[in-house]
Amino acid sequence: MTITAPRPQAPRPQGGTLVDQFELGLDAPICLTWELTYACNLACAHCLSSSGTRDPRELTTEQCEAVIDELQRMQVFYVNIGGGEPTIRPDFWHLLQYAVDHQVGVKFSTNGVRLNPERARFLASTDYVDVQISLDGATAEVNDYVRGPGSYDTAILALKNLQEAGFKDAKISVVCTRENISQLDEFKAIADHYGATLRLTRLRPSGRGADVWDELHPLPEQQRELYDWLMANGEDVLTGDSFFHLAAFGEALPGLNLCGAGRVVCLIDPIGDVYACPFAIHDNFLAGNLLADGGFAEVWQTSELFQDLRAPQTSGACTKCEFFDSCRGGCMAAKFFTGLPMDGPDPECVQGYGESALAADRSIPAASQDHSRATPGRNQPVMLTLGKRPTDFTPPTSAPVSACAENPLAGFTP
Amino acid sequence: MSVTAPAPVLETAPDALPEAGVGVRLEDGWRLNPRVALRPEPFGALAYHFGNRRLSFLRRPELVTVVRALAAAPDVRTALRESGVPEEQFTAYVGALSTLAESDMIHPRKEGQR
Repeated sequence: MTITAPRPQAPRPQGGTLVDQFELGLDAPICLTWELTYACNLACAHCLSSSGTRDPRELTTEQCEAVIDELQRMQVFYVNIGGGEPTIRPDFWHLLQYAVDHQVGVKFSTNGVRLNPERARFLASTDYVDVQISLDGATAEVNDYVRGPGSYDTAILALKNLQEAGFKDAKISVVCTRENISQLDEFKAIADHYGATLRLTRLRPSGRGADVWDELHPLPEQQRELYDWLMANGEDVLTGDSFFHLAAFGEALPGLNLCGAGRVVCLIDPIGDVYACPFAIHDNFLAGNLLADGGFAEVWQTSELFQDLRAPQTSGACTKCEFFDSCRGGCMAAKFFTGLPMDGPDPECVQGYGESALAADRSIPAASQDHSRATPGRNQPVMLTLGKRPTDFTPPTSAPVSACAENPLAGFTP
Repeated sequence: MSVTAPAPVLETAPDALPEAGVGVRLEDGWRLNPRVALRPEPFGALAYHFGNRRLSFLRRPELVTVVRALAAAPDVRTALRESGVPEEQFTAYVGALSTLAESDMIHPRKEGQR
C-alpha cells in the first residue's frame, strides 16, 4: 500500500516555517474533499474519478451523517463536496444542511444540473455554503468538447439562477487545458458578469484524464502564458494551490506551493475509502476505509501511507535543480499516472525535464477502478473534430466492388 | 513570531479583509471571539473564524495558552503572567495578539463581560 520504502520516524521538529510544519502533517486535515457519489449525469472526458454510475456500496445517509459527526469532533471546519455529481444524490440537500448545522462548512462542486431557481434561493439563504460550478470552456464549443453537449448551457443557467437569487460570490471552476488557455480573459469576464470568482486548476492525468492528458494538457508555451496571466491576475483568482509546478518559472505564485497530500488534505470517496488527495484515486494512494478501519480519524492519523507521506521525501535528481525549492518536484499524482518515477520531475516540469522524462521508457499504471458507463450516454462528449481532406488525396476512379460481385473481371482495371 | 497567515488551502473569500487599527494593550480585557474555534495542532493551534471563514495559525503552544486564558483574566497582563510568559516577551505577545485582533479572532471585552 506504500509507494516508497518506509522511513524511520523521528520526533517532530518544532518551529520552522508553516510549510515545514504542514509537511509533517496535522492532527486533522485543513480541508478535505469528499466525493459523495460516483453517479453523474455527465461523462466528462477528463473526469478525475472516472464517474458515471453509482457504486452500490455508496455510504448511506446515516453513514454520511456519522462521517460529518466525526469531522465536527476533529474540527475539520470545511469540506469540498464533489462526485460524480453530488446534487443527484437524493439526500444531498439534507446532508448539506446536516453538515452546516454541525459546524462543517461546505463547498460543493456541481455541473449545475440541479441548480434551479428554487435551489438557488435556498443556497442564497444559507450562510455557510459555497458553490462551485464547473466550466471548462468560455464558449459552448470549447466546453462541450470535453464536458459533453449542453453542459455549457447548464452551467451558465445555474450561474444565472444563483445570481438572480442573490447568492454572493459563487465560484467558477476551470480545468486549464490546451483548448482553453487562450480563453482566460473570457473566463474572467464571465465570472465578473455573474458576480462570481474564477478558480483555475490543473488538468491531472487521473481517472479518465489519463486517456486524454496527452491531447489536452497545456503545451509548454501555454504553461508560460498561464503563469504570466496568473502573475498579472492572481490576486482575484483562486487556484487551490494547484500550479506550484509553475513556480519554477521564477517567482512563486500566491499560495503555499506545497503538496498537501496526506499532510493537510485528503479525499474520502463514495464508499468511504480514504485517498491521499483528490487526484490520486488509485490503490497505491489508498490509506484505508473509514468503515473498515475504525473511522476517519483513525485512518488519517495512523495509516501507513499517510505516515510515509509526512516523512521527509526523497526527490532524486530534482534536488539538484536550482528551482527545487519552489516547485518541490511537482505533483505526485501527475507523475504517477503518467508512469514517471516519484523521485523525478513532474511531467509538466517547466524547465523541460518532464518532456525528456516522458520520452524515456515508462509504463502508465492501469486504473484501479472505473465507474464510466458501459454504453455511452446521450451527453457523452465525442472528442472528434472535422478534419480537412489531405492534400495528397486521389479520388477513386470507379465504385467500390461489393463482396458479392460475381463478374470475374470485377475490380479489374486494365 | 508570526501568528496569522492567509489560508490559500482554504481559499478564503477576498472580501474577508481584517479590520485595521485595532490595538491590544496590556491593561485591557480581551476574549476569544465566540465565532472562532481553536483546534490544537502539534505546532500550536489553528484558529477558524466561522463568520468570515478565515483561517489563522497560532505558531506557538504558549500563545494558544495565552489566548485561552484571556477571557478569565482581568487584563492581558494577567493572562500573560498566568500563562508563564516572561515579562521581556510581553511586547512580542502583545504584537501577536494585535495581529489576531486585526483579523477579528479576539475581541475587546466590555466592563464585566467574560
